[in-house]
Amino acid sequence: MTTIGERQQAAYVAAQAADARLQVELQTEQMTLNLGPQHPATHGTLRIVARLDGEQVVQADVVCGYMHRGYEKLAEVRNYPQITTLVNRIDWLSSFANEVPFILAAEQLMEIEAPPRAQYIRTILFELSRIANITLFIGEMGVQLGALTPVFYAFRDREHVLNLIEGATGGRFHPNYDRIGGLKDDLPKGWIDETRSVMKRIRDYCDELETLLMGNEIFDRRTRGIGVIPADIGLSYGLSGANIRASGVDWDLRRDERSPLAWKDCDWKVWTHPDGDCFARYWVRLQEVREATKIVDQLLDGLPAGPIQAKVPRIIKVPAGEAWVHTENPLGEMGYYIVSQGGLGPFRCKIRSASFNNTSIVPWLLRGVYVPDIITILASLYFILGDIDR
Amino acid sequence: MSRLSSGDARPPGDAAAPDDTAPEEAAAENDPLREELLDRLTTALGDAVVGSEISRGDLWVRVRADAWKRAAEVCRDTLGFDYFCFLSGLDWMPSAPNPEESVSTDISADISADADDAPDADAAEEAEAEQEQPVTDADAAAPEGTDAQGGVVTGVAGGDTRFQVFARLYSTKRHVGVTLKADLDDDAPSVESIHTVFRGADWHERETWEMYGFTFIGHPDLTHLYLPGEFEGFPLRKDYPLLAREVKPWPGLVDVELMPEAPDAGEPANAEEPAS
Repeated sequence: MTTIGERQQAAYVAAQAADARLQVELQTEQMTLNLGPQHPATHGTLRIVARLDGEQVVQADVVCGYMHRGYEKLAEVRNYPQITTLVNRIDWLSSFANEVPFILAAEQLMEIEAPPRAQYIRTILFELSRIANITLFIGEMGVQLGALTPVFYAFRDREHVLNLIEGATGGRFHPNYDRIGGLKDDLPKGWIDETRSVMKRIRDYCDELETLLMGNEIFDRRTRGIGVIPADIGLSYGLSGANIRASGVDWDLRRDERSPLAWKDCDWKVWTHPDGDCFARYWVRLQEVREATKIVDQLLDGLPAGPIQAKVPRIIKVPAGEAWVHTENPLGEMGYYIVSQGGLGPFRCKIRSASFNNTSIVPWLLRGVYVPDIITILASLYFILGDIDR
Repeated sequence: MSRLSSGDARPPGDAAAPDDTAPEEAAAENDPLREELLDRLTTALGDAVVGSEISRGDLWVRVRADAWKRAAEVCRDTLGFDYFCFLSGLDWMPSAPNPEESVSTDISADISADADDAPDADAAEEAEAEQEQPVTDADAAAPEGTDAQGGVVTGVAGGDTRFQVFARLYSTKRHVGVTLKADLDDDAPSVESIHTVFRGADWHERETWEMYGFTFIGHPDLTHLYLPGEFEGFPLRKDYPLLAREVKPWPGLVDVELMPEAPDAGEPANAEEPAS
């Protein structure tokens, strides 16, 4: 039984050896392979320029920015309630989760707190966004490796979660539901029972996908030991979320950070995996969906009654100061650094999105891998283009 | 306890410094974890720490620009900040960006004014008017630790120049973070690259370089990340105009303007209505 440290060392030595072989043994002509910007394997407009020697990548450059929308500049000319509309579009598969840290940062500066019921509903919708987001990943990872069935299951079952989000907020993809001091509306009638049945359905989906993919030999061979990220390298690159938990780092902001949201009232587990390869990242995310359904169930049981909106001034003015709030979003750590000078809008709004850091490791990670593994590694890192480019 | 070495390192002219820090320390009493980290950082860096603040469960440290890389190394090696969160820039130049000031007056003036020079004059006036504002604000807010020594700069842990580089580091074991700041030169902002300390800083420095024009000395590949290669100017600087706003006023202003049919015409109607 080898430990993770030894395995990582072995992988490193192998990569070094691959480099050396490339340079010494094979005096072949290198070629440039251009993946993207429009390429199905890159989930959007990410471009990878890979220099290949035979089947091995010598150097890979990531070119992004095809979807840069300048949200940090735009946020400076809008007022706080208007900015939630913008940040909805950062990680578009879990839009509600983008709104929450921004609103929390503004609330922190204003020193107001939403009532408990609003915090619970926020947490429930946050976890529903997580489920909607990662459910798609679980299916899509299969399709990247040639298994077509899972992605159809994913779209089928994600639809139920999107219906729930639409039922509560009015928007399937861009809810724009969070407000400073509370929420736009209360939950509709019958929503809670519906949510319970959908959570059960999602758990069944996870079981189904596990039996479909995990035992599959092709899936195993193509993900195990591929794209190994040692924990210290990952942390140095700022990898977060499931990507770093799959490298054995037991760190989840929902558990470890003081937050007004309701995670502290639930009983759930942060899963980690020691391997740090593509399989580990897939496995950790699958468990994350299961845990999220448990969190939602518990929050529905304990949902307090009461108002959903704290008293806020009619015109939101945020006192001068600086606040940094980060949360554990489906893709990893997402945070907003807001500098206010007492106006209606932020003076500076630095958006720290998870995928930006998660993608910055790609040039390091792709060195020495074989061409088909590029696809696996990119899929397993799981980024959303809007989350890289902002 | 005056472990804020900022007292020593501040310019001698700033006589109010001890008074400024007094309330901070009172507030910081109940945060021994961050106190200890700040203490160790101050010990390691000496007088390179020029400002600091602990408030709302967060820690800010401002270091001299020449100690930027060393501060990052100390944070990583001795203080256990293993996780690189982000790095970016701040431009403290006063600006009239937000819909806050002169919402209805200036924009309508801009619309009605057809001459080229009129908006410029307006902008200059605005800039002047605001030059005052932040300073007075900061003076009023001095007990919170915001000090405005150089005139325009306000911010947590202070600042003397227009540009600041700031980075956020985190410890995944102790679950505590720190925001490092450093003042940069107004005309040629440059600072040592920390991509050798934290690999993730590579892309963040490229982004900051193209958005703010800061030079990161020692960065291997300071090329455009988001913007096309031939792009000119530094978009996130406050003096870079948002062209869409120059051409057409922001339609969202209607949210903060007086609505003609608003039931309470005395108060501007806002988008943020409490849910009923």
